Amino acid sequence: MRRLSQSKIERLLVPLFALLLWHVAVKVSGTTIFPSPLDVARGLRELPHLGAYIRDSLFRVFCGYGAAVLLGVPAGLLVGWWSGLARAANPLIQLLRPISPLAWMPLAVIWFGVSNMAPIFLIFLASFFPIVVATMNGVRNVPPMYVQAGRNFGLSTTALMSRVIFPAVLPRIVVGLRISFGVAWLVLVAAEMIAVDSGLGYLIIDARNAGKRYDLVVGGMLLIGVIGLVLDGLIRRTEKLKFVKWAFSE
Amino acid sequence: MKVAFHQIGMSFGNVRVLEDINLEVRTGELVCILGPSGCGKSTLLNIVGGFIRQSEGSVAIDGEVVTGPDPRRIFVFQERGVFPWLTVEGNIGFGLFRETPEEKARRVAHYIRLVGLQGFEQSYPRELSGGMKQRLEVARALAVNPDVLYLDEPFGALDSITRLQMRRELLRIWMAERKTILFVTHDIEESVQLADRVVVLSARPGRVQRIVEVNIPHPRDLSDLRYIALRDQIFGEIGLAHQV
Repeated sequence: MRRLSQSKIERLLVPLFALLLWHVAVKVSGTTIFPSPLDVARGLRELPHLGAYIRDSLFRVFCGYGAAVLLGVPAGLLVGWWSGLARAANPLIQLLRPISPLAWMPLAVIWFGVSNMAPIFLIFLASFFPIVVATMNGVRNVPPMYVQAGRNFGLSTTALMSRVIFPAVLPRIVVGLRISFGVAWLVLVAAEMIAVDSGLGYLIIDARNAGKRYDLVVGGMLLIGVIGLVLDGLIRRTEKLKFVKWAFSE
Repeated sequence: MKVAFHQIGMSFGNVRVLEDINLEVRTGELVCILGPSGCGKSTLLNIVGGFIRQSEGSVAIDGEVVTGPDPRRIFVFQERGVFPWLTVEGNIGFGLFRETPEEKARRVAHYIRLVGLQGFEQSYPRELSGGMKQRLEVARALAVNPDVLYLDEPFGALDSITRLQMRRELLRIWMAERKTILFVTHDIEESVQLADRVVVLSARPGRVQRIVEVNIPHPRDLSDLRYIALRDQIFGEIGLAHQV
């Protein structure tokens, strides 16, 4: 119990110190542009549609990322299992992978206009390939013994997929999902700066453009960090589920 | 006669692994395939298991040529073959998807008892010791009621005390269930302790160098003179094999 609270204190210590340093630095330097932590808190509290912005951002990330999970995991399983498919798809994947999702932004705006679909599409692109690649590599690294045992018991290919390959790969998928969610969250903010007129990314760019409200710029940044942290913690919780816990033994 | 190897030859690329293997195994017999490492004994077991296709010759079981794996003949790996995402119950029931739920539950309970894993039904493999995992894998194999078991150095990763206990367990199970067993090992003592016959393979390319009958009833006394004589005879065979 004492160790638990001690580790909590340890985790809070550096952020608290950073806040203090920030506050002192603003006061000492006498800057009028850069806000202090209190300015940021006040600015955010007075902002009328902050809740709606957060909701919009979360909605976009859940749609784009959700679609990437629903399509990326099966695609990764297929490509990982049938090596011919992997050979055929690999050049395309390798070509598309180094293109930053943000480079698609002009096209996304032409295709979808200023709407939710544009950032959703960009988030989808950003998270789809990491999910496919993580799943594919997972399938390739399933110990051949498991596959052999599955075949030995007379499993069809579909049964082998659902009863051996998928559960064996699931821990790696979970890790891949977590990493790709981080990417999706990064891309969301950038996409919202251009393709839409709501959301946390929009808040930052609008606060700067519309009135040099740097308290809201910094507030938006901090909100993005905090929400990202909370969501990552939620995804991390899935590592404790009994289907995958076996691979994350303490 | 249960299993018949007929002029099996095997090459991987330019490497000749097995040469002209002829062997017949009787129903209910426990045969050990013994040889120095790299002699192709595991390859031979994978061929009869249907996982690797031989270059020449054929294997027949009950007169039927082997073309692939078959749930009537189950391959047991070292303990790493159990599925880590399934509980003990889940693992034992894995191959029972064709059975009714009642039959499945009955067999799972039966084999948990047979291998002494009562109280661990809901445990995951990572919570079990090496010996328990190995017993679990044997139970998973037995649960589908195969006529033949292939064991590929199943006790190789266990410590020597556990290994000795596992041999005793295997013999007990074998006497209770009377399966035909093909057991690959590089451990001479192990082969003489377990087998009805020991098939000694030569160094690569593996040939059947000698087949030694072990006419000692179970349980075998390890200080029995016949045991020691047979063991030393096989030591001699393997020693010769090293000189070739």
